[in-house]
Amino acid sequence: MKVAVMVTCINDSLFPDTGKSVFRLLRRLGVDADFPAAQTCCAQPMVNTGYLDEAVPVVRTFVDAFAGYDAIVTPSGSCAGSVRHQHSIVARRAGEERLASAAPRVYELSEFLVDVLGVTDVNAYFPHRATYHPTCHSLRMLGVGDKPLRLLREVRGLDLVELPAAAECCGFGGTFAVKNAETSTAMGADKARHVRGTGAEVLVAGDSSCLLHIGGLLSRERSGVRVMHLADVLASTEEEA
Amino acid sequence: MPAFPEAARKALADTQLRRNLAHATGTIRAKREAVVGEVAEWEELRLAGAAIKDNTLRRLDEHLLTLEASLQARGATVHWARDAAEACEIVARIAHGHGIDEVVKVKSMATQEIGLNEALAAHGVTAWETDLAELIVQLGDDLPSHILVPAIHRNRAEIREVFRRGMADAGRPAPPGLSDEPAELAAAARLHLREKFLRARMAVSGANFAVAESGTLVVVESEGNGRMCLTLPEVLVSVVGIEKVVPTFADLDVFLQLLPRSSTGERMNPYTSTWSGVTPGDGPQEMHVVLLDNGRTRALADEVGRQALRCIRCSACLNVCPVYERTGGHAYGSVYPGPIGAILNPLLKGVGVDEQTDSLPYASTLCGACFEACPVRIDIPEVLVHLRAKVVDAHREGVPKPEAVAMKSAAWLLSDARRLGLAERGLGVANRALTRFGRRVLPGGRRALGRLPWPGSLWTNARDLPAPPRESFRAWWRKGGRP
Amino acid sequence: MSAREEILAAVRGALREADRTEAPVPRGYRTVTPPDVVDLFAERVVDYRASLTRCTAAELPDAVRAALGPARKVLVPDGFPIEVAGSADSAELDTFDAVVTTAALGIATTGTLVLDHGPGQGRRALSLVPDVHVCVLRQDRIVPGVPQAVAALDPARPQTWISGPSATSDIELTRVEGVHGPRTLHVIVVAD
Repeated sequence: MKVAVMVTCINDSLFPDTGKSVFRLLRRLGVDADFPAAQTCCAQPMVNTGYLDEAVPVVRTFVDAFAGYDAIVTPSGSCAGSVRHQHSIVARRAGEERLASAAPRVYELSEFLVDVLGVTDVNAYFPHRATYHPTCHSLRMLGVGDKPLRLLREVRGLDLVELPAAAECCGFGGTFAVKNAETSTAMGADKARHVRGTGAEVLVAGDSSCLLHIGGLLSRERSGVRVMHLADVLASTEEEA
Repeated sequence: MPAFPEAARKALADTQLRRNLAHATGTIRAKREAVVGEVAEWEELRLAGAAIKDNTLRRLDEHLLTLEASLQARGATVHWARDAAEACEIVARIAHGHGIDEVVKVKSMATQEIGLNEALAAHGVTAWETDLAELIVQLGDDLPSHILVPAIHRNRAEIREVFRRGMADAGRPAPPGLSDEPAELAAAARLHLREKFLRARMAVSGANFAVAESGTLVVVESEGNGRMCLTLPEVLVSVVGIEKVVPTFADLDVFLQLLPRSSTGERMNPYTSTWSGVTPGDGPQEMHVVLLDNGRTRALADEVGRQALRCIRCSACLNVCPVYERTGGHAYGSVYPGPIGAILNPLLKGVGVDEQTDSLPYASTLCGACFEACPVRIDIPEVLVHLRAKVVDAHREGVPKPEAVAMKSAAWLLSDARRLGLAERGLGVANRALTRFGRRVLPGGRRALGRLPWPGSLWTNARDLPAPPRESFRAWWRKGGRP
Repeated sequence: MSAREEILAAVRGALREADRTEAPVPRGYRTVTPPDVVDLFAERVVDYRASLTRCTAAELPDAVRAALGPARKVLVPDGFPIEVAGSADSAELDTFDAVVTTAALGIATTGTLVLDHGPGQGRRALSLVPDVHVCVLRQDRIVPGVPQAVAALDPARPQTWISGPSATSDIELTRVEGVHGPRTLHVIVVAD
């Protein structure tokens, strides 16, 4: 099976360490994944803001970059959801059926680990108290269910505590975060309050975009809680700790 | 009406409103979850509800003609109204025809939508709302903010004040020493409205469902005010949106399960009334049904958006919406607030006409909680994204907004990995410059940017932002970086 | 063009490109039935804060008398199965304390009474205006769920579905019994 990693534009430009974690984790599990250098973005920012014409060349770039791979793994529920459910909209707009062709091959990281590789114990070690926020698109667009939690429960040393109102949106919502900035931060403030209430030192989630938002609020509140991507936690080992 | 972001800003600053909403939506969410969890076949009921509504919409012309014929056969007069003004005109004409200057009303979204009370007032006819929440809104000279619980934004102390101040001018005054106990407030409403029910000669209702085959109208309610209006007066006028039609009486077995559990979070609402035209010796002996378009055929023409016409006005989507929970209903500037309002208003009114309507499809994070709760499986996020594209397309002519320029630039950058790589290299350089603005360090040790000028301020006003890394993932990989 | 013609033309125009064939509707829910429908009905009625008595036909007169309590003016529609002192109907419903009726059927899963205003049930307003409603239901008239009820009812008759006393949740989503309809609902289930 030829496996490619879609690092996502946000991880590529802002959180490169998360991209590295994905590769480290996959290698440890015996998967020799590739980073197709022509990749950029899934085009979700354009599609979700209504700019379908603008999304067309971005999706074209995406489809070309990942042509020839059997599986496209991405550390983002949101970007996986965008490929799976929204590329067809762009394909219809452009009248190019092939623009929807990546949809059946894309896997969010926890889906790939649990469903394709069939593992929940990835031999990770992370001796911290953490709580997990199931991002909306992982939860409701993809339906990953408890796969991320099953992976986290196997992490040695991890003290995983339940997040109250976990399934409620953090308020990021892509361009919503700036178009409706006040509402976005009002939602995020409640999410941050729930996170602080758990006493966790780390908030884990499967989407760097949501973490950027919640983490930004937690930091501004001087909460002392850090945010980490699921991939970063799963990639941690005893040797590094 | 101001656009959503501006209206929301005002609501977000209202601390009492925030608390009332969080309490009310939290309560009803828990109730709904409990009674939905009881029904093992819930998913199948949702699929059945969606299928029946879709099938009906596909042949709506035929079902409307069947409904018209059934109603007429049962002694009701059928009227058709293209828009709000025409519908109000019809109701006023019926009142005038009987020399009636006062009507009692059952809570009805259709009559709210067409602004019937105001229109009737202009024709010299007073309309009394009889649902408790609608009464609170009417006496308080307020606007409804929720489909099911229009006064959800008010707490008991505020309602007591509304009754003490407003009841005397409208009829029987509030009892002296009225407390803010919900039971006492409800009893005051009972006394206040009883005289109106007993004297009213004409009532106006909506309908939750209109059965084509049998000419049956259905009104679902809790308090008994609906039953009062539907049975005591001589004349009954029901204003019914054309999407309310269901083909057969048997189809109600789906909706009478889906609706109460989704709306009030009860296994069944206290009262449901069904009637098929005039029943000799029982209830109003003169009946009118106004079939209302008012934008529904426009929504029907939208192949993605037409699923919104499945809506049975349960308001489950409002109660689970994290945006609605913070802003309340007034921010949406319509009698249809929340997620369903964010799609229904643009579908009924059309996009590209006014800024307020165009702002509604963006009043969502696309979190999907609404779709999950919707008893007729309206994929609200899908329709929101579709409508956003329509809004953008409606503004493609003329001078582009900053957002359009930004999106075009982003698209240019993101359609070519080399361009993106160059931009990221620029970020790396900027990193060293930008971190000088701020000395913040994020939990975990990474440097943060300081507060940025507009448009970066839209982010950094409330949230820290990590400084860009020195090196993008792409650059690291190109250098042969391997884990 | 009349409003009627214009609306119908707009509907047809909107559906010009649409697929007009109807999709199958899943109906498996119609075969779902709970066990012990009478017990379930009784439990659900009480859950709605209505009061409930179960009795035999012989015990019915006493049960009705007990349920009416101190009510002095009672409405007793024609066709009510036992002798109760009262009036069959009135133009002044507001002056009555209580009403006794039968019901067409009861729904177990929801604890609902359905009146179709046949003999023993009176016109619709009768069971609405007085403050106390005593409703007598034969046990064999209890159906498992909403689908069975809808299938058994005649749409041509006006119907009133009643689940507990009149209630509202309009104030802070707190349920309060008793707004415009009867504030007391007493259900008597007759075993044979």
